[in-house]
Amino acid sequence: MSSSNLLLVLLMLTAGGYFLGRRRAFVLAGASGGGRQILHSRPTYYGALAALWCALPALIVFCFWQIFESNVVTQMVIAGLPPDLQNLPTDRLGLVINDIRNIVYANIVPEEISPAIQAAADHYTRLQAISNATLAVMVTTIAIAGIVWVHKIISPGLRARNHVETMVKYLLIACSTIAIFTTIGIVLSVLYEAIRFFKIVPLHEFVFGLDWSPQMAIRADQVGSSGAFGAIPVFMGTLLISAIAMCVAVPIGLMSAIYLSEYANKRFRAVAKPLLEILAGIPTVVYGFFAALVVAPLIRNAGVSVGLDVSSESALAAGLVMGIMIIPFVSSLSDDVINAVPQSLRDGALGLGSTHSETVRLVVLPAALPGIVGGVLLAVSRAIGETMIVVMAAGLAANLTVNPLNTVTTVTVQIVTLLVGDQEFDSPKTLAAFALGLLLFVITLILNIIALVVVRKYREQYE
Amino acid sequence: MNNHFNTGHAGSTDSSTKEQSASVRTMDIVSKGLSRRYKAEKRFRLYGITAILLSMAFLSMLFISISANGYTAFQQTFVQLDIFLDPDDIDAQALQDANYQAMVKKSLRAMFPEVKTRTEKRQLYDMVSTGATYQLQDYVRKNQQMIGSVVQLWVPADDDVDMLIKGHIPRDVPETERRIKDTQLSWIDKLLEQGRIEKRFNTTFFTGGDSREPELAGILGAVTGSFYTLIITLLLSFPVGVATAVYLEEFAPKNRWTDIIEVNINNLAAVPSIVYGLLGLAVFLNFFGLPRSVPLVGGFVLTLMTLPTIIIAGRAALKSVPPSIREAALGVGASKTQMVVHHVLPLALPGMLTGTIIGMAQALGETAPLLMIGMVAFIVDIPGGFTDPSTVLPVQIFLWADSPERAFLERTSAAIMVLLAFLVTMNAVAVFLRKKFERRW
Repeated sequence: MSSSNLLLVLLMLTAGGYFLGRRRAFVLAGASGGGRQILHSRPTYYGALAALWCALPALIVFCFWQIFESNVVTQMVIAGLPPDLQNLPTDRLGLVINDIRNIVYANIVPEEISPAIQAAADHYTRLQAISNATLAVMVTTIAIAGIVWVHKIISPGLRARNHVETMVKYLLIACSTIAIFTTIGIVLSVLYEAIRFFKIVPLHEFVFGLDWSPQMAIRADQVGSSGAFGAIPVFMGTLLISAIAMCVAVPIGLMSAIYLSEYANKRFRAVAKPLLEILAGIPTVVYGFFAALVVAPLIRNAGVSVGLDVSSESALAAGLVMGIMIIPFVSSLSDDVINAVPQSLRDGALGLGSTHSETVRLVVLPAALPGIVGGVLLAVSRAIGETMIVVMAAGLAANLTVNPLNTVTTVTVQIVTLLVGDQEFDSPKTLAAFALGLLLFVITLILNIIALVVVRKYREQYE
Repeated sequence: MNNHFNTGHAGSTDSSTKEQSASVRTMDIVSKGLSRRYKAEKRFRLYGITAILLSMAFLSMLFISISANGYTAFQQTFVQLDIFLDPDDIDAQALQDANYQAMVKKSLRAMFPEVKTRTEKRQLYDMVSTGATYQLQDYVRKNQQMIGSVVQLWVPADDDVDMLIKGHIPRDVPETERRIKDTQLSWIDKLLEQGRIEKRFNTTFFTGGDSREPELAGILGAVTGSFYTLIITLLLSFPVGVATAVYLEEFAPKNRWTDIIEVNINNLAAVPSIVYGLLGLAVFLNFFGLPRSVPLVGGFVLTLMTLPTIIIAGRAALKSVPPSIREAALGVGASKTQMVVHHVLPLALPGMLTGTIIGMAQALGETAPLLMIGMVAFIVDIPGGFTDPSTVLPVQIFLWADSPERAFLERTSAAIMVLLAFLVTMNAVAVFLRKKFERRW
């Protein structure tokens, strides 16, 4: 039985459990002659109790089985391989396992199948069938056992509501911890691979190296691709593009926020604000296409016409488009903080005879500054982490330059190029992507925390 | 500025002459600066308007450039061929063994008997898509009674011919700089004269999977992949997101632990999406050994990514329900769970749904994390389930944007138009829900 069918069966069993439990409660109430009042809880709670005891244990078993099934089966298949295959080094063994998997899932069949591998594939299929059948039997048994048990213990005095509510509460707590687990998962996965990387390439070489060319020699005697993992040029490129983006986004975003919140009448605001928000809703891949198709040639032609040598993947094009993407981000965050400035401050300034713009520049903006800075920091962290625009519009060559007309590369571009396609998991090339990911995560995390603290402090100030 | 006003104020307490001269002096200073200040005011206003107009200009430039590039992709050039279904070539018992390619070529040669040399023949054959062969095969399978007669069939033209007909390949440049050669040009003109070339609605674009040939490439595979991925995302992120929001807002005690969860969620909302891709690669693919390129894993990754959005929106919706509702429910004897499930949740649900739809729209447009888990593979087949290898619409756009053929450019733009149409619809539904169910207390 496939997993989705099994889940469907479980769903039906749960529904059945609900109705059985509810009916049982009605029957008990009717038998005692006291009517429904003698039940401790309303009948639906008895049904819900049965449904929960049916679904939850079965689901837990199902999830754990799914998580560990493939590893266990693989281990058993390896144990069943002939000894000469078993004694292969780990990477070769991995290839063999891949072959076997490919045969099993009928994706790609290798040209010649050795009998040992064919046998192993058959073994794999058999084990998987056994595992599936066992899982199906276990899950249905556990589900039915849950129903039967609850059915048995249902009595008019059973505090079903309290039981259900406790279970629901623990379910809610479990859900809320997923956020924690996500963070732990991110940190652990990125950190683990990054540490493996730093065992091969020393940390100081990565942080202070001026040369980035992550090609590793495939053969020992190969020339010219020793691999250099100095992250400085990559980070400079990221900073350059982010700086260009902020030069576009901060003035435009801030000024539109000021205009919308201080000057615009209701009707203009009702039209302009959603239009600005459309910019935020456009997928980044669309911006990337726009940058590569329209903006980059435009800048290149403009540069050529005034006699400048502009790269067709210039940092300027990518940064400009990224800036456009971030405008609504800056403007909506600044809009919030500008609106949070108390009206009395404005009234005071206007009452002293200052013009509207003077009020904004000398009173409202300084008062809103911490919040705006927080918003800009969030925007910077977003610019640093933005991927698709730079993948499509910025280059791959890691040039150490601050000339916006040159091509530069960014952290995210390098992560994507290093990890897309087939990879082996112990080459420093692949691991370097995780090291970059770790640095990206840490930098954005620091920026976010500062920004959140600043914004929160500021909010409390006027509340 | 304040100083001037102070002098004016101080002067008023002194003698009347002094007062007059002082106030005149102040007024002079004020009015001298006035025109400058009003100009600054106007300038400032102008900056504001310019900023908004600039963003609008960017927005319209984006939409115009994409639709100008993309609208032609909804049409495709077709060529009419007269194909003789020779009973000698087609065995009714073994239809798939017949050489349909030869029949297509034969009909092309019959139209242009003057073509003799091999290069010219190749140029001639290049004018119709390789898909013509499969179309003919399909046709014969469905109309077996036609074997032995001449059939007129509209087959898709090659992408270069298509581009020429749509005017993307200029006719007046030297032959060496043109993908369509002069001989081909003359044949095309002849076909046009005979009415054998026609632009029709491009159904392949909506019903086909990916292909290396632009005229055979379609978005259905990617749309289906997106659909399966979003189903997983919705099924996981909505219940979990609502549950988390309810717990944090209604049940959680205010202590260190819940504070950590809260800070955590706010941080996760700002983590770059590509980091979620790294997480998916390291945890789901390498640790749990799930298959690459499948919607299931894509859904998991996007769930983790959209959860913070949904949780934050859900909490805001719960916060907007006034406490009086809770107190009334508790006052008539409801338990805390009953109060939440029967009274607070129904009132907060529209807000939660709005947040969920916006989160889903984000997930639909997301590309980077899916690149990490291998959803960039070239997949021709339309996925049939959650564990079939597939790609999604934004990734398809990314893949096509990389292709060198001119015809893929318009298809990329058209795919973007479809993606934007989906997003606009989703956001419109969100806005509609908000407008319809929003309650001010």
